[in-house]
This record gives sequence, structure tokens and C-alpha cells, in this order.
Amino acid sequence: MTTTNGRGQAGDHFSAEQARYQTVQESAEFQELRNRYRSWVIPVTIASLAWYFLYVLLAAYAHGFMATQVFGNINIGLILGLLQFVSTFAVTAAYVKFAGSTLDPIADKIRSDFEAGR
Amino acid sequence: MSAALLAQEADAIGSPVLNLAIFAGFVIVTLFFVLKASRTNKTAADMYTAGSAFTGRQNGIAISGDYLSAASFLGIAGAIALSGYDGFLYSIGFLVAWLIALLLVAELLRNTGRFTMADVLAFRMQERPVRTAAATSTLVVSFFYLLAQMAGAGGLVALLLNINGRGGQSVVIAVVGVLMIAYVLVGGMKGTTYVQIIKASLLVIGAAIMTVWVLGKYGFNLSSLLGAGNDAGASLAPGKKYGVSQISRLDFISLSLALVLGTAGLPHILMRFYTVPTAKEARKSVVWAIGVIGVFYLFTLVLGFGAAALVGADRIKAAPGAANSAAPLLAFELGGTLLLGIISAVAFATILAVVAGLTITASASFAHDIYAQVIHKGNPPAGQEVKVARIAALVVGAVAIVGGIAANGQNIAFLVALAFAVAASANLPTILYSLFWKRFNTRGALFSIYGGLIVTLTLIIFSPAVSGAKTSMIKSVDFHWFPLANPGLVSIPIAFFLGWIGTVTSKEYNAAKYSEMEVRSLTGAGASQTVLDH
Repeated sequence: MTTTNGRGQAGDHFSAEQARYQTVQESAEFQELRNRYRSWVIPVTIASLAWYFLYVLLAAYAHGFMATQVFGNINIGLILGLLQFVSTFAVTAAYVKFAGSTLDPIADKIRSDFEAGR
Repeated sequence: MSAALLAQEADAIGSPVLNLAIFAGFVIVTLFFVLKASRTNKTAADMYTAGSAFTGRQNGIAISGDYLSAASFLGIAGAIALSGYDGFLYSIGFLVAWLIALLLVAELLRNTGRFTMADVLAFRMQERPVRTAAATSTLVVSFFYLLAQMAGAGGLVALLLNINGRGGQSVVIAVVGVLMIAYVLVGGMKGTTYVQIIKASLLVIGAAIMTVWVLGKYGFNLSSLLGAGNDAGASLAPGKKYGVSQISRLDFISLSLALVLGTAGLPHILMRFYTVPTAKEARKSVVWAIGVIGVFYLFTLVLGFGAAALVGADRIKAAPGAANSAAPLLAFELGGTLLLGIISAVAFATILAVVAGLTITASASFAHDIYAQVIHKGNPPAGQEVKVARIAALVVGAVAIVGGIAANGQNIAFLVALAFAVAASANLPTILYSLFWKRFNTRGALFSIYGGLIVTLTLIIFSPAVSGAKTSMIKSVDFHWFPLANPGLVSIPIAFFLGWIGTVTSKEYNAAKYSEMEVRSLTGAGASQTVLDH
């Protein structure tokens, strides 16, 4: 079993460090960070993909509905397509806000504690 | 008869000398930056990731440059001009895909690895087999993507420089290839990034000018522009291209799946996340990229319907390069010779820059993963890794030139879609499992990478894209049995399944390395970081 990593360093130096990583991983602080991250990104990713595939299925199988004109030549298909842009931008903005306020402070703290204790 | 006349008219547009002059101007400006960058192109870290010293904004614009390939600009504009709404679906899939990169991949990858996608897998698995596998799939995806770009170069040349002979086009493809090898060898990742930034800016500005111009012709009324495009054959209702049969609908769903899952598995995009110092800058990069790419794809809607209304489907189809020439023809229709020259130079620059980005990724993957880590077990002879990377760039460049000449005339948006299908099948399952699934191990990674590659390539070979249809690459024989041109719908679930079955049938599990990886990926503790000193 090789224990080299991407930095190409090997062996014993890492076993002490690995124990420290394990301690951090088991800490309540880290578990909190992990929960916050996963409980936000996983549902949001699933919702975004579901919304995308709903749109794809409508475009593939509901031509009549998508071709319904709403105003002028603008039809429902076009509005839903442009809404995909809107939702992508909105999720991006929401994630930046969430990560900045909820993830970064705790991640920064764990990292600086870890590196100070090196 | 009338088609031939139209073709002649199309041939006669623009001034090849002016087109060449503007393109030469771009080459000179970018070469200047590449030469400037060459002074700090010494170590492997400089060569692959520019010392991780770019800011999020710079990298975000460069990512847009890498992503907005000839397929996006020429291919999508042409697809919308000829098929209307169905062409626009490419734009949407290519954009929504970035959410996966933003939410699940970019930051964790930046914290975990250093140079290549394989760094992430090698972290807690048996290094040599997984690096070899990741390097193999990196090379395959890059090869498909390179083919698409080089094939696009051929069609563009035909239109712009009025070179219609296959021999003449081949010479120009070779010149494009040699230029990009020079960029990569001299400037490394830093030089290539500058080229991407300049190119992305030119591309977005050029597309913005054309968009405003087209809208201006219709009194800034989107509805009347769309109506005029619709009357000219760019159907506003979905289904013109993909609605003709049940198989074509499935094909469309398969394509949509590959587009949305492929982006976060493209090696040349993943590598860009390492050119910034921290995960926060990687996040910023993706945010900038989503902004630039999103706005650009909104422009494609106007450009495509504009090309349909102002140029017309018949002239586009008759032009050398067919659908791929919709955007240049629209530029000529709007601003005459000068705008055509500028837009053509931008399109050329696009191909050149994307090819350079792919070349650097492929050569880094070979030199770092195969040569330094697998052959020399992480301790290559001093200075040799960079030398090997340069030689690899030369080889990749040569393969791209030969492949590009062979693929000249193929539909570029389609070739890019195949690259996305391979990336979504062979790379994405492995990356996601590796970052999010504690139990994932070497056998799982090997099963999903090699399995994904083999299934995808097999389905492509036996698809109507290769034989048995009017648009196939090989027309003389028919050996297809897989009905869809896009394999994603089948190959992506199979690759996820193989990754799972491989993992659960192997007992290997390294808890300590997983702890380290998880802490590192979420916090950056111990990750390779560089402090920005400017």
C-alpha cells in the first residue's frame, strides 16, 4: 500500500500528521462544517438538475405546450429556456452568499488552528 | 444550380488579405504576452499551473476562454440559425452544467490536488493504477476535443481565406497547430492563460457588438427579430431537429445529459482550478466564468436568429463550412468586410487558444501522472519532468494536426458533444465518488474510468454517427447497432454503476487518508497554497 500523495512525499512524516487530520475530522467543528456544506449543495444540485431535466423533457415531448405564444413571438419554451439562465445565475449568487457567510468562517478557523498547531 | 451560385457569392465575401492581417495582429499581440510569460516558465508548477498565481477574476475569464470554443461560437450560432429553438438547447446545457462544477467540484478539487485530475484520485488510492487510468481518460477526452477544434479550423479557413482545396486547408490546419505548440512550449500555462484572457475578451466584445447591431435592425424588439428568424426557418417551437422521431427525442435527452454532466469532468477545465492560489479564488473563478459564459450564450440566441433572418438558411448551408459559417456570414451582412475580418480573427483565436489549453492539459497529464509519478514514483530526475512535458506537447500537437486534417469537415458541435459524453462517463463518476463517498477505492475508480471509457467509445463506434446514416463519418459500410448518436444516456449510468460495483467488491479502504482528504478538501488545511504577493 503506497502512501505517497500528490506532493510526492512519502512515508513516516505523514503518519503523525494523519493522526492530526483524524482528530480534526472527528471534531464537532468539522462535522458541523461538513453537514452545513453537504446539506446545502446536495439538495440544491439535485433540484437544479431536476429543473433542467424537466425543461429538457418538455422540450422533447411537449412541443405544443412549449410553442404556446405568450406575448408577440415569445413562447413558453423560450421563457422556460431563459428561466434556466435566471435560475443558474440565482443559484450561483445564493451559493456565494451561503459559502461566504456560513462555510468560510468555520473553514478558515479550522485551517488556521490546524496550521498553527503544526 | 442556384446553390452553386449562392456558394460562389459566399466565396466572394470579405477580403482574405484583411482577414489574414487582423489574425496576424492577434498572433503578434498574444506572442508578445507569451514571450513575456516565458521568463517565468521554469518549473513544473510554472509550466502546468502558472505557479498558481492568477486571481479568481483572471482565471474565470480564462476559463470562459477555454470553454467558449469554436463549437460554442460557430457551432451554436449555426445550429440556432438552421434549427432554431433546438439549437438553443446546447447553450442551456452548456451553462447549467457549471452549477455542478461550482457546487461540487471546483473548491474541493483545488484543495485536494495540485496539477491534474489524477492528483485527487491518487490521494487515497493506489497511486500507480489510478494515475494511469486518469491520464488515459484525460488523453482520450482531450483528443476528441482537439479533433473538434482542428476540424473547425479547416471549415473556417475555407470560408475566410477562400481556400477550398483540401490540401490548402490542411496546410492552414498545420500552421494553426504549430502556432499553438509554440505558445505552449514558450509560455507554459501562464502564456496560455494570457492568450485565453485576450481571446475571451475579444470574443465577448465581438459577440456583444453583433448582438446590439442585430437587435438594432429590429428596433430593439426581440419578439420581431425572433419572428423574422422563425419565418426564415429557424423554428421558434422546439422539435425541428430532435422532434422527428422517438429515437431522435431519446438522442436529444442523451445529449442533454452529456452536456450537463460533462463540463465538470473536462480535464482542461479542471486543471484551470489549480492556476489560482486558494479554493476561494477557485470559487470566484467559476462565478466569473458563469457570468461571462451565461451572457455569451444569451448573445447566441440573438446571433442565431439574426443569421437566419438576415443571411438565410440557404446561403448558410451553401457556404463552405455550412452551419459553422453562420456567424461569420452574419458579421459580413452587418458590418461588411471589416467586421467579417474581426469576427473571423476572433473565431481563429478561439480555436488557437482552446487547442493550446488542451495541449497543455494533455502534456501535463502525461508528464506529471505517467512520467513523474508512475514511472519515477514521484521522484523524477531533476528538471526532467518539464522536459518530458514539452516533448509531450510536441507529440500531442502533432497528433492534433494529423487528426484535424483527417476530421476536416466533420460537424464540430457534434464532435465536442462526444468529448462531453466521454468526460461525463469516464471522469465525472470517479471525481464525485472520490470526493463524496468514503468507501470509494481503487477498484471502483478503475472500473468507472476504464468501464466508462470502453462503453462510451464502443457505443460511439457502433452508433449512426460513425456508420449507417446519411451524416455518418464512414458512408461506405454500415456496422451500427446502437440507435443513438449520443451515448450518454446509456454510458453515464453504466459508469456510475461500475464505480459502485467495483468499490463494494473490494475490501480496500484507507480511513486515515480519507480523513486527511476530507479535512483538506473542505478547509484547505495543508493544501498546496500560494500567497498572492501583488
